[in-house]
Amino acid sequence: MDLTTTYLGLKLRTPLVPAASPLSEDIDSIKRMEDAGASAVVLYSLFEEQLRQDRLELNRNLEQGTFSSPEALTYFPEPEEYHLGPEEYLKHIAAAKQAVRIPIIASINATINNGKSVGAWTQFARLVEQAKADALELNIYYVPTNLNLSGAEIEQTYVDVLKAVKAEVTIPVAVKLSPFFTNFANMAKRMNDAGANGLVLFNRFYQPDIDLETLEVKPNILLSTPMAMRVPLRWIAILYGRLQVSLAATSGIHRATDVLKMLMAGADVTQLCSTLIRHGVGHVSVIEKELVAWMEEHEYESVAQLKGSLSQKNCPAPSAFERAQYMRAISNYAVS
Amino acid sequence: MSTRPKLTVDANEGVAHVAYRLNEVMAIYPITPSSPMAEFCDQWASENRKNLWGTLPSIVELQSEGGAVGAVHGMLQTGSLATTFTASQGLLLMVPNMFKIAGELLPAVFHVTARAVATHALSIFGDHSDIMACRTTGWAMLGSASVQEATDFALISQAAALKSRIPFVHFFDGFRTSHEVQKIEALTDADLRALIDDQLIAEHRARAMSPERPVLRGTAQNPDVFFQNREGCNPFYAACPQIVQDAMDQFAKVVGRKYHLFDYVGAPDADRVIVLMGSGCEAAHETVDHLVKKGEKVGVLKVRLYRPFDISGFIGALPASVKSLAVLDRTKEPGATGEPLYQDVITALMEGLAAGIGKLKSMPKVICGRYGLYSKEFTPAMVKAVFDNLKSSQPKNHFTVGINDDVSHTSLTVDNEFSTEPDNVIRAMFYGLGADGTVGANKNSIKIIGEGTDNYAQGYFVYDSKKSGSMTVSHLRFGPEPIRSTYLISRANFIACHLPTFLERYDMVKPLTTGGTFLLNTPHSKDQAWSKLPTPVQETLIARKAKFYVIDATKVAHESGMGGRINTIMQVCFFALSGVLPRDKAIDSIKYSIKKTYGKKGEEVVAMNLKAVDNTLEHLHEVPVPNRANGSGPLLPPLVAGAPKFVNDVLGKITAGDGDDLPVSAFPVDGTFPTATAQYEKRNLALDIPVWDEKICIQCLKCVAICPHATIRAKVYEPAALKNVPGTFKSVDSRVPDFKGLKFTLQVAAEDCTGCQLCVDVCPAKNKTEAKLKAINMRPQAPLRDSERANWNFFLELPELDRRKVKTTQLRQQQLLRPLFEFSGACAGCGETPYIKMVSQLFGDRAVIANATGCSSIYGGNLPTTPYCVDKAGRGPTWCNSLFEDNAEFGLGFRVSIDKQKEFATELVKKLAPQLGDDLVSGIVNAVQADEAGIYEQRERVTVLKQKLGELETPEAKALLTIADTLVKRSVWIFGGDGWAYDIGYGGLDHVLASGRDVNVLVMDTEVYSNTGGQMSKSTPRGAVAKFAAGGKPAGKKDLGLIAMSYGNIYVASIAMGAKDEHSLRAIVEAESYPGPSLIIAYSHCIAHGIALDQGVGARQQKLAVESGQWLLYRYDPRRAEAGENPLQMDSGAAKAKVQDYLLSENRFKMLTKSKPEDSKKLFAQAQADSERRYKFYQFMSGRNLKSENAPAATAKSAATVDQQP
Repeated sequence: MDLTTTYLGLKLRTPLVPAASPLSEDIDSIKRMEDAGASAVVLYSLFEEQLRQDRLELNRNLEQGTFSSPEALTYFPEPEEYHLGPEEYLKHIAAAKQAVRIPIIASINATINNGKSVGAWTQFARLVEQAKADALELNIYYVPTNLNLSGAEIEQTYVDVLKAVKAEVTIPVAVKLSPFFTNFANMAKRMNDAGANGLVLFNRFYQPDIDLETLEVKPNILLSTPMAMRVPLRWIAILYGRLQVSLAATSGIHRATDVLKMLMAGADVTQLCSTLIRHGVGHVSVIEKELVAWMEEHEYESVAQLKGSLSQKNCPAPSAFERAQYMRAISNYAVS
Repeated sequence: MSTRPKLTVDANEGVAHVAYRLNEVMAIYPITPSSPMAEFCDQWASENRKNLWGTLPSIVELQSEGGAVGAVHGMLQTGSLATTFTASQGLLLMVPNMFKIAGELLPAVFHVTARAVATHALSIFGDHSDIMACRTTGWAMLGSASVQEATDFALISQAAALKSRIPFVHFFDGFRTSHEVQKIEALTDADLRALIDDQLIAEHRARAMSPERPVLRGTAQNPDVFFQNREGCNPFYAACPQIVQDAMDQFAKVVGRKYHLFDYVGAPDADRVIVLMGSGCEAAHETVDHLVKKGEKVGVLKVRLYRPFDISGFIGALPASVKSLAVLDRTKEPGATGEPLYQDVITALMEGLAAGIGKLKSMPKVICGRYGLYSKEFTPAMVKAVFDNLKSSQPKNHFTVGINDDVSHTSLTVDNEFSTEPDNVIRAMFYGLGADGTVGANKNSIKIIGEGTDNYAQGYFVYDSKKSGSMTVSHLRFGPEPIRSTYLISRANFIACHLPTFLERYDMVKPLTTGGTFLLNTPHSKDQAWSKLPTPVQETLIARKAKFYVIDATKVAHESGMGGRINTIMQVCFFALSGVLPRDKAIDSIKYSIKKTYGKKGEEVVAMNLKAVDNTLEHLHEVPVPNRANGSGPLLPPLVAGAPKFVNDVLGKITAGDGDDLPVSAFPVDGTFPTATAQYEKRNLALDIPVWDEKICIQCLKCVAICPHATIRAKVYEPAALKNVPGTFKSVDSRVPDFKGLKFTLQVAAEDCTGCQLCVDVCPAKNKTEAKLKAINMRPQAPLRDSERANWNFFLELPELDRRKVKTTQLRQQQLLRPLFEFSGACAGCGETPYIKMVSQLFGDRAVIANATGCSSIYGGNLPTTPYCVDKAGRGPTWCNSLFEDNAEFGLGFRVSIDKQKEFATELVKKLAPQLGDDLVSGIVNAVQADEAGIYEQRERVTVLKQKLGELETPEAKALLTIADTLVKRSVWIFGGDGWAYDIGYGGLDHVLASGRDVNVLVMDTEVYSNTGGQMSKSTPRGAVAKFAAGGKPAGKKDLGLIAMSYGNIYVASIAMGAKDEHSLRAIVEAESYPGPSLIIAYSHCIAHGIALDQGVGARQQKLAVESGQWLLYRYDPRRAEAGENPLQMDSGAAKAKVQDYLLSENRFKMLTKSKPEDSKKLFAQAQADSERRYKFYQFMSGRNLKSENAPAATAKSAATVDQQP
């Protein structure tokens, strides 16, 4: 069975790629992903905000209470240097590269400063490339709350970030986006035009929740359910064959059947997260086995054959991916 | 000037730079003011810095100074170059081993920051009483007088020790020298090599113990041989002075600075000479220079090598013209014919003259005096007073200088107007709030000036006695000549006030010179600032023709993202106004230094400081000083009105900063002070205070329990008490069924609150329409101050609940008891004091407390005002601190003594039965004092007893009257921290626990030596970064509770109030009720953990520690075992979170992920394993059923003793 696929120009053995998650914080875990058959690994994200927060917090903690009492002028020894920048992440890339043969895709998340600054994005991108990552995923994660910021300005910021990064590095760059754009297809096209090598659809945000006992708002992330795959499924199907970018599907992909659907919609790879957190990274091999079994049973020869076969372009009823379908689904449900 | 690098350092750092390079092994232990030397060495070792021979020194922390010196002894015997750093009691703990080390001619140098030994009180400050207490040990003693000398002598003493084989105490004055920052010349590796002879090291190694050439040392000898054997060392001592001089000469050849065993400065034909040693030499030197220029024939002889005392060197250094000498000692030896240096000088002169040594023709007149004890100021005016005394026909002998001794009339009169300060020295004083960055910025300014210009620079920093809201005063001098002014600035040409509220209380502009500059950080505009000044401050500014500048630094800091740190802003203002550097150059230097200082902490930190620099000057404004004062009124009094006379007259003066003016007669002669004095010092520290929302409150009293300063109180009372109520006083019906029909009030002491927010953080009640609000919320203090003062005073007058009616195991009732520990100087948000407060509420009216030295003895017993207080009947805890190491034994002494007196009293009561009546006697003798009612009744009986005894004339009756009070149960408490309990005091604690006596030990476990700045103890958890564990503590925490449980008859509890307050309460009540030894290990969050203490997170951290399994809650009650049940009850469940979640929430652990990420991963994983293993082990132990080995234990609660209390 030929499971090979090409994503961001990288030739991969299968379309099964673990998504950015805490699972890749540990080198042993990355090795186990490779052993289980992962064809590439997207590393956990390097968060600029976290680094900034860490630095300010460290400074605050070291200064707190100092020079107040003659006996305790300070409370901590001060080392000659701190590892406060992205060094740890870069070392991690290098260690991962050393440990496995599959491609390592780095992921970065810098801050968007009122839609203006792209400094950290380009700096991180350059460093990640120097650390020999095979590709880069830009995790543009932005929840605007400014009432005066227009959608156009936000979209332009995304484009600016991507362009700046592309100007800085030669490794392929994918952009992980949320679906929350007025016209996502247009946004995808703009990313495509700005030089993105791939789109990762979609980002899932931490969403606030309310704890009724403590009366507190507690942001958390729930593991995805298979229902979550419907949104990326639609947009991948719509975009397939209309842009040059690679398409990665993520959200709600739990079983081989989910992988198959995504591939048929037009994804080049499927990124797995919740299912690996739930079942362990070894689950990649289970999905692969099921994938092969299904393909054999249904007499498919290759992933290439599957890819995009039910995209909007190739499916029997293209309007099924469009909004009108919504009404019919409801009415069908009502009569059945 | 030489090309050696210049350092701007204090003596601790200067000495550590030399000692680190010259040693291979170090045994360390923290003690103020020497700790920084050991901290530097540990830190450098963690950075893999090599010593002079290219190897990494090995550093080991011991459990006490006694342990450290033992280890050094072993290091020396096996041929290493070894050292330690210590002071005061620490040095005294080393004395027995010092005799050994000297007796065995082992070359070593101990670097000692000379500090007072505790007598009637503890003092962390400098004098020579520790040095003098070990002058019989046979160690050579070399004293340095300045930061440069201390650095130089660290090398000279090492060279001389190796050559002479005599160990050296190298000492310099605690704080005055150890903490004074000066620009000095660094010693290079080449300098060190030039003085240290490797051949001597080889010889030291050759003498070492080795199984290749075995020897035996440390024999026991009998009267037949010991004496003559002991005398064998004499030639070594005879040779030693010359060896030291040779080393000094060699040093002069290499480095250029010349020193002698005794250095004379002054007129070559002086007739009056002062002899002294230590930092006072510098002030004397400065004064002598000044007086000689004016034609006076005076001089000063600086003693460098005090032991062995070289008679010919001493006499040889004196000018032949000398007619009278004043020998000044910085120590007191009560009952002696004179202090030690004086006695040495007398003997040297007598012997020297008799032997015809030197140029003196006849014996000069010699007098002696004491100065500068416990870092008392020693100024040129005092030096002049000594010279003037020598001039008089009948000079006062055995005098004191610097105090007003109106009891023994020893003191000299000092003309405080006399000053030697030259005009070309810029003298600046800065009044800052501890932790606002003022001191750090000033140290930085000294560096900028010291290292960026040819000027000399000096900085000395004075801190007050409180840990929260403390005032720091920085004294900075800059000038073209070396600065010898080893005393505080009394005439400043620049004064800055960094916290406006200090100005309400302290007349800080008094030292301003004519035409000087006063800079004030104030929220008021330049047009309003003048009128807001207190009138006396205005008057001084007018009289001095001062220039007055203002800036709203707090606002600039906030706008620059600096939070409350105004340091950089005020530093820019200083440079802009003082003219010590051209303004542009100064700004450039500050920016360069910011990048250098903060660069490693990240660009954000640098950026916000740079922004602050750029934002400053436009906000700095000059305010014209008018001709007439029209200020806000007089300065605030130090204490509130109505304090008792002694409190007002003596403690008030200390509070006002005028303690130096108090005469000898003002003080109690034996160190006894009244309690209940903190209530008079209204510090108004909090910008925001908690405000009670009575409609939301569920009256759980968690806020009252956790408040570290006892500033939130609750009362229930009869509605009838609400007469003449202040307008804003709040009162609601009590929600507690037992108190139905009574009123309830939660009241905040607005002027005593530190604003730590712990109360708000623990409040479980939320406002239903606006969930961010709770039953208490922080609100600005200023607008509430007056009304809340009235409410507080009214609240205090409300009657206290009858203690017999309070269920003490229910927090919401128990917290109604009046705390007998209030308003301490502990850090805002302290994690220790809530436990002490709880003990004081429960047992304070009959508690006798022994307190180990540490945070709890400082906030518990530091002058001027102290927090232990009394109830309406005048009863309250009686408290004493003995030492750091002996606290358990000290407390055991209380118990044994009280028990004996009670036993004797009981015997006498029985004997006097015919006169007292059988009912009373039997009532007293058979009293059950298990609860408040029992105690109350016994107190009543004892009152009757004392009345009856007063009418009896028999010796027995009189004797019984003196001890009758002991018939009421006394609660003996032993308080201390983990440094005491786990380390230095552990041996004693173990012994006391094993004694079976009824003592209650409360260990406030912060897991570091908090008071001395966060050094590792054996309680420090694995992976924590602490001083002495700069690379993260590799070993796990000692399980003190488990060790104690092994005895079987000790009540042991591990508690964490922030995690489960009612469990803490239960354990404390059970421990006290247990009629044997009890050990309570109380998790105490601490500023040294690196948590946002000022944002009230402490209790949350405690909870997380328990939920992650890092801290266990349990109680081990031997009474349960007696009932056949498992004595151990686990009170915390299986972990709900990973240990790492907890570790990463505290800087002490998280820091390691930033400094040594690889190590942190390893240690954090081990910490997780530690926690899981410990939990399983405790679960296993508590799960056994002692009645039947095969059956699993029932979760028995039946024997829980306190459950059955009413």
